[in-house]
Amino acid sequence: MMIPWKRPAALILLAVMGVGCQAVKPWQRGQLADPLMRPDRDPLGLALGEHVFFSREVAHGGRGVGGGGCGCN
Amino acid sequence: MNTSRRSFGLRLLAGALCAACSPAFAAGLIHAGADFPDLSKAGLEGTLPDLKGKVVVVDFWASWCTPCKKAMPMYAELHKDYAGKDVVILAISLDEERKAYDAFLKKNSLPFAVARDPKGKLAEAVGVQEMPTSFVLGKDGKVASVHSGSLGDKAKARLSAEIDGLLKK
Repeated sequence: MMIPWKRPAALILLAVMGVGCQAVKPWQRGQLADPLMRPDRDPLGLALGEHVFFSREVAHGGRGVGGGGCGCN
Repeated sequence: MNTSRRSFGLRLLAGALCAACSPAFAAGLIHAGADFPDLSKAGLEGTLPDLKGKVVVVDFWASWCTPCKKAMPMYAELHKDYAGKDVVILAISLDEERKAYDAFLKKNSLPFAVARDPKGKLAEAVGVQEMPTSFVLGKDGKVASVHSGSLGDKAKARLSAEIDGLLKK
């Protein structure tokens, strides 16, 4: 049996959660533009990760736009 | 009965979510012909030059924004080209961090007027959607043109043509 207050409560909860929807303004993207946010900021760490992937999964590349192993670049 | 109730519930949910998310879709970019907000009352940090009766190029930039920084030499050239004329180049930084703003100005001495809008209030009021965004204002303070995003290679030619046209009015 459906509890009568369950659905409105769920709707209210979702609406309250929806308040968290906020677009990041263009001028608030300074942190995102920080070089620290780049996945390839640490060449040594990247090389180590690549080595691990290659050793364990025989996987290589695929981190950037080009050179994804397709041979098209 | 159950289906219609469910449908109503779903619509209500969609409405509630849209209403809740509405702050995410703030007012859009102001268009040509609109009045630009009074810069002296915009709460900007920095000293503003006299803008009354002048053609003003307002550029919104930030020290972390690469295309914004690339445009700076072009604005410096424009400033030089129109020296002594009724043209003001005003670069408004949207850097949230004062330190980054100061460091940029220390490293790059900009010859034109620079101010900072730390909370992005002016940028919000004019609806900046991209970085950089520039507005060319006529002598009457109305927006003559808006350039959203990088102006590209022909930026100087485009802005010069617009400024020349506005100076003749």
